[in-house]
Amino acid sequence: MNLNRYKEALFKPLIDENPITLQILGICSALAVTNNLTVTLVMCVALTSVCAFSNLFISLIRNHIPSSIRIIVQMTIIASLVIVVDELLKAYDYETSKKLSVFVGLIITNCIVMGRAEAFAMKEKPLLSFFDGLGNGLGYSVILIGVATIRELFGAGTLMGYEILPLVSNGGWYMANNLLLLPPSSFIIIGLFIWAIRSYKPSQVEEDDFALSKHQTNEDLTKRELNV
Amino acid sequence: MNDSIVKTLGVAFAICLICSFVVSSTAVSLRDMQNENKANDKRMKILQAAGIFDPSKDIKEQFETLEPKYIDFNSGKLLTGLSLEEFLSEHKGDYDQIAATRDSNYSKSLSTSEDIAIIKNRENVGKFYLLRNDDNSINKVILPVRGYGLWGTLFGYISIENDFNTVAGLEFYEHKETPGLGAEVDNPKWKALWPGKQLYKDDEVVLEVIKGKVPEDDSNLAYKVDGLSGATITSRGVSNMIKYWFSDSGYANLFSELDYES
Repeated sequence: MNLNRYKEALFKPLIDENPITLQILGICSALAVTNNLTVTLVMCVALTSVCAFSNLFISLIRNHIPSSIRIIVQMTIIASLVIVVDELLKAYDYETSKKLSVFVGLIITNCIVMGRAEAFAMKEKPLLSFFDGLGNGLGYSVILIGVATIRELFGAGTLMGYEILPLVSNGGWYMANNLLLLPPSSFIIIGLFIWAIRSYKPSQVEEDDFALSKHQTNEDLTKRELNV
Repeated sequence: MNDSIVKTLGVAFAICLICSFVVSSTAVSLRDMQNENKANDKRMKILQAAGIFDPSKDIKEQFETLEPKYIDFNSGKLLTGLSLEEFLSEHKGDYDQIAATRDSNYSKSLSTSEDIAIIKNRENVGKFYLLRNDDNSINKVILPVRGYGLWGTLFGYISIENDFNTVAGLEFYEHKETPGLGAEVDNPKWKALWPGKQLYKDDEVVLEVIKGKVPEDDSNLAYKVDGLSGATITSRGVSNMIKYWFSDSGYANLFSELDYES
């Protein structure tokens, strides 16, 4: 048992190989569920547990999955786990499950879960896969919690419902930024996160797919035409 | 070996079997708790419509302060005395009026001209709640209402002051409207427009949700509620719902009786 590999599987996805900022996966729910920190935390727990356990179960049976139906087998396992999580939420935290509405169900289509199952769990041992799922779920959570903290604090002046910045409308001094409560704001915040992480770790910067050609003026063109 | 037809079918079958077992056993084992949560959510909405909900107290306890009453829609009268006892024993004190609409013994299917709120089947008996003052006089009446919006039926409760004309609050506990548009019926700002509005003018139900904003100097300000922008059909559905439930086929005849009682 190589401890380093487990450590790597757990901690690398936090910053170095973060599923949101490096692979740009799972953006949809990052936009939708981040205007309130409590809701975000529940979503993070839900996604992390689904990701970890789907990796574990898929890895356990990886040697018996026929390659022709492997995606469907993965989907079935992921979907079952998501339904179980959704049912548990409805039973133990009804308020939050109402706020999350369809987004728990949509974990099924979250690219992070599917991506880790296909790229990692199909090849690696169960326990290692479990840690990889856990790590990627936590990587997702770190970004979501960051976005939610900024959005709730500056959009509504509260954190987890507790007042931090007293609003002008309640007799305080803080004028809330309503843009932060709308989904597009998380696009901007995630963009800023990506920028910050890539400035700190330039190795994450992608190479251009196409180099832009030099701008040509009319003069250049006519010259070339004349040459011909 | 893995890709032989037998193995493929075998794996697919085993996965389906195990997953369906896991999913169905969780669903069944948690059903009671989920139903309890749903019932509590509905109780909370009723308390909110009455304007007496206190989040720091137990919902069930607060709910006990409301007095359930039953109305026979066919006559428009309160169920009292013997008929009430008969009714309660038939349903063992656990009457679900939405379930009753699916049973032709307990409901009546409405004709198109009658059915302005598009509820299709109307239950014979409705269950509503009274909030009483300390001296036992009626403070508010909390009535179940429902009507078809854009994607489905909106289910809610509306509370009326003891003049049986002024709205005190409106809450929906279930609907399928578009988030951000029709689902704004849950927006506290929109719900805050309702208290103080008047239902009847010269014995006609006139309260409605209009298109756009009600001008501040409108002489009929008390009979109009701002529409939900981008949700014309939901707004119209809410108007029709009010119109139906406060007409003679709804609660209109009930009020004179309650007046007498208090």
